[in-house]
Amino acid sequence: MDQLLINPDYPHILSTLIFLPLASALLLLFINNDSFARYWTLGITTVTAILSIPLVMAFDTTTANFQFVEQYSWIQSLNIQYVIGVDGISILLVMLTTLIMPLCVLASWNYIKTRVPAFMICLLIMETAMLGVFMALDIVLFYILWEAMLIPMYLLIGIWGGPRKIYASIKFFLYTLAGSIMLLVAIIWLYQTNNYSFFIPDMMWQDYSLTAQTYLFLAFFLAFAIKVPMFPFHTWLPAAHVEAPTAGSVILASVLLKMGTYGFLRFALPITPEATTLFMPYVLWLSIAGIIYGGFTALAQQDMKKLIAYSSVGHMGFVTLGIFVLNTQGVEGAILQMINHGITTGALFLCVGMIYERTHSRELRSATGVGKYMPIYVTFLTFFALSSFGFPGTNSFVGEFMILAGTFQHSIVLALAAIPGAVLAAAYMLRMLQKIVWGGTDNPDQSWLQDLNAREIIILCPFLFFVFWIGLGPQPFIELMHISVTNLLAQFHAHQGQAVAAVELIIH
Amino acid sequence: MQFLPELTLLGAGLVIFLLSLGKTDIDTMKTFAILLGTLIFGATLVSWNQEGTLFFGSYQVDLYSQVFKILIAGAMLVVLILGRQLKDIKKSVHPEYYLFLFVSVLGLMMLVSSIELLAIFVALELSSFAVYIMVAMRDDSGSSRFQMEAGIKYLLFGVTATGFMLFGMSYMFGLTGSTQLSVVMTKLSSMYAQPAAIVAILMVLAGFFYKLAIFPFHFWVPDVYEGAANETTAFIASVPKLAAVALLIRIVSMVNGEGQVIVNVLMACAILSMFYGNLSALVQTDLKRLLGFSGIAHAGFVLLGILTFQLSGYANALYYISGYVVMNLACFLVICSITSQGENVQINDLSGLHKRSPLLALTLAVALFALAGIPPFVGFMGKFMILTGALKQGFLIMVILAALNTAIAIFYYLSVIRVTYCSDPDNYGRINNNFFTNTASIILMLIIIIMGVIPQPFLNFATSTVQAIM
Repeated sequence: MDQLLINPDYPHILSTLIFLPLASALLLLFINNDSFARYWTLGITTVTAILSIPLVMAFDTTTANFQFVEQYSWIQSLNIQYVIGVDGISILLVMLTTLIMPLCVLASWNYIKTRVPAFMICLLIMETAMLGVFMALDIVLFYILWEAMLIPMYLLIGIWGGPRKIYASIKFFLYTLAGSIMLLVAIIWLYQTNNYSFFIPDMMWQDYSLTAQTYLFLAFFLAFAIKVPMFPFHTWLPAAHVEAPTAGSVILASVLLKMGTYGFLRFALPITPEATTLFMPYVLWLSIAGIIYGGFTALAQQDMKKLIAYSSVGHMGFVTLGIFVLNTQGVEGAILQMINHGITTGALFLCVGMIYERTHSRELRSATGVGKYMPIYVTFLTFFALSSFGFPGTNSFVGEFMILAGTFQHSIVLALAAIPGAVLAAAYMLRMLQKIVWGGTDNPDQSWLQDLNAREIIILCPFLFFVFWIGLGPQPFIELMHISVTNLLAQFHAHQGQAVAAVELIIH
Repeated sequence: MQFLPELTLLGAGLVIFLLSLGKTDIDTMKTFAILLGTLIFGATLVSWNQEGTLFFGSYQVDLYSQVFKILIAGAMLVVLILGRQLKDIKKSVHPEYYLFLFVSVLGLMMLVSSIELLAIFVALELSSFAVYIMVAMRDDSGSSRFQMEAGIKYLLFGVTATGFMLFGMSYMFGLTGSTQLSVVMTKLSSMYAQPAAIVAILMVLAGFFYKLAIFPFHFWVPDVYEGAANETTAFIASVPKLAAVALLIRIVSMVNGEGQVIVNVLMACAILSMFYGNLSALVQTDLKRLLGFSGIAHAGFVLLGILTFQLSGYANALYYISGYVVMNLACFLVICSITSQGENVQINDLSGLHKRSPLLALTLAVALFALAGIPPFVGFMGKFMILTGALKQGFLIMVILAALNTAIAIFYYLSVIRVTYCSDPDNYGRINNNFFTNTASIILMLIIIIMGVIPQPFLNFATSTVQAIM
């Protein structure tokens, strides 16, 4: 247990973050009052966000161990523990989750009109499950929360979603569940092989046979690639994004997709290093395919939500590219890009939601020329769109730059193949921006449109703040993860020696 | 004291019988039945730590049998509550319906205590024949004669299964010269090289496969589930399965040593049950049929726990079937509550249930997600335990196939939840809940969640229960 650090100043901070939303959701079950539900949920998510700040203040950036650890026995007969902790890889994702939830509540303030308490309960349970997934150090705990999250998300899409909500929610549920079935078998296998322990650090860096690693990697890959989603497994994403209510889209884009890439970093790399090396080329080219495919598809969309959804496929392609080039710059860039995508895409979905609340249409055509009447809105939109295609000075530039630098180190061909993706991103984002800001004159009269109100400005400001903070001064964020990433890669390279030989044997 | 639950049941049956002779008000009778059910449940609780043997060693009262009696009585009580209106039972036979219900439960309680072949047979038949009649007691004033067909099918399949079982028992007696289960199984364990011994064991198991609805003794399930009244189906789908698992564990735990052939056959039955049940359930439109097929699949999972031949495996099976009964009863609670006349429920009849009755919709959703094996509910924990136990024995292929089945199953459970939550009601009225239904559904939901989140005490209890017969 030497990988665990208990922080005496904050002995129960992580559990508090996990259980506060759940407990308040339970309380909400008994109160059937719309406006109370809104204020209560806003209050609880804000408190959770504030409580999570000490986490980053007291985080020790000089160690790769898990910090703020809490450990209790849960199911003794199977040696399942309730053990949670954060390291440099997960802390930013935890922060992203806690900080984005109050904004999701605010964004649903007027948008959700029916069954408000139930909606808020779903949001709160989602927060519990998402935080738990990023903090869990017991693989059963991880799996339980990973699956349990499907239920509130399914309900968010299925009850409050758009016209094709039934199709979208079922597809989302089935895809994700079917993907993670083999993960369960892999978990049980690992438990047996590791002396009946479900503790995640116990499973890492064990020398499993290459055959076992191959199967384990395939099980991991199926589960995580669907969640990311990587190129051939992405079809659930546009459907779910388009039909989900704004808050659902934001949670989906900002947090849920990161679970897949987080899973690669937390499980695939440390548990199956040799198989990772073996499959690396395929995963890299799938990422490239995702980047290009996402870009071209986004270029052709008329529905703004779909456009952003497909752009997500491209952006997440960059993230997996960064992870699987397996060098420090690539992985750090990938983690940073996970956060960036959470911020930028979340904000873009909110922007689309704001238009939709006014015109009840997400069609690009009917939003043309909005800029004339909503100057504040387009200011925000412009910054987020620029950030989305990685304009220098914004957050995504830093992330994509690091990923591409890492890719160049790995292979020039690969990096050259990824470049068109960046160009495409600029193309589809500018196309959208141009239509919305300057747009044609043949659109219906929009002079009645109100510009953003104070609530909406408050929602978007934090996003903008982080866009520039990460864009101009990314160092604090990189420092948070640096030791963990270096440690991960050092261990990884120490364990892949045989695999390289095996790969060369196969190639030649 | 040792025989208290059975005596209470017998007494309850007699009281109902006497009441039916006079001109008792039908509503008084129903309240009375629930009271008697509570009394029986109480009697099982009181006698939970009794031990001893009765009837010349053919009837054993131990922790194992008493725990099963508590489960059976509890499930019966829930069935009595959710079906207290007996909506679709012929008015003239309401008292008799309760009489047969109690007699059937009596048979099941005797079954879990029987440790002698003839006692097992008598107890099993006592419970079965009462249920055959209950199936046919559905109101036939309408044009439908479903229930007669269902009753006959249930009877014929049941008699066939019993025939198998009796044939097996005759082999057992012929091979060992005894009808005491412990003697029989000890002697048989030295004869596994002989096909006759294997055939004898498998044929006796067939009788319980029939009750539990395991492939290839499942053919009665869909039609009987559909044809019987909702209350009767709720009973058939839960209470006898508990007793069947009890006997399966009792018999299998005595098979030891070289029973590889038996393991292989059980494996095949388990996997075929899962695939058959889940694949057939995909295309159902009648909710009861769907639950019937899902029950076949779940029986496969229970069998997967039993065929590990380990104490932990039996405990997992006990945990799983208890959880299954709770989930299933929660589903039937909803089915019985939303119909006005006790008619069959099509999946489309559930549309917009979340507006018509939020609590029932939530109950159904929790129960179905639990049946599908989504955490944090008991269904997931049960499946997880069973899969872990099976992989411990090295059944990797089995575990993968079972996991695949979970993925198949989610589709049809989800399609029911979809209708419940995501479609809007057209012309259905609100459903008036009452105190009994609400309390029962909240309690069932709590059990489903608590058993799933804090499984350890339940597992410990299941282990010590099973240990009583090892």
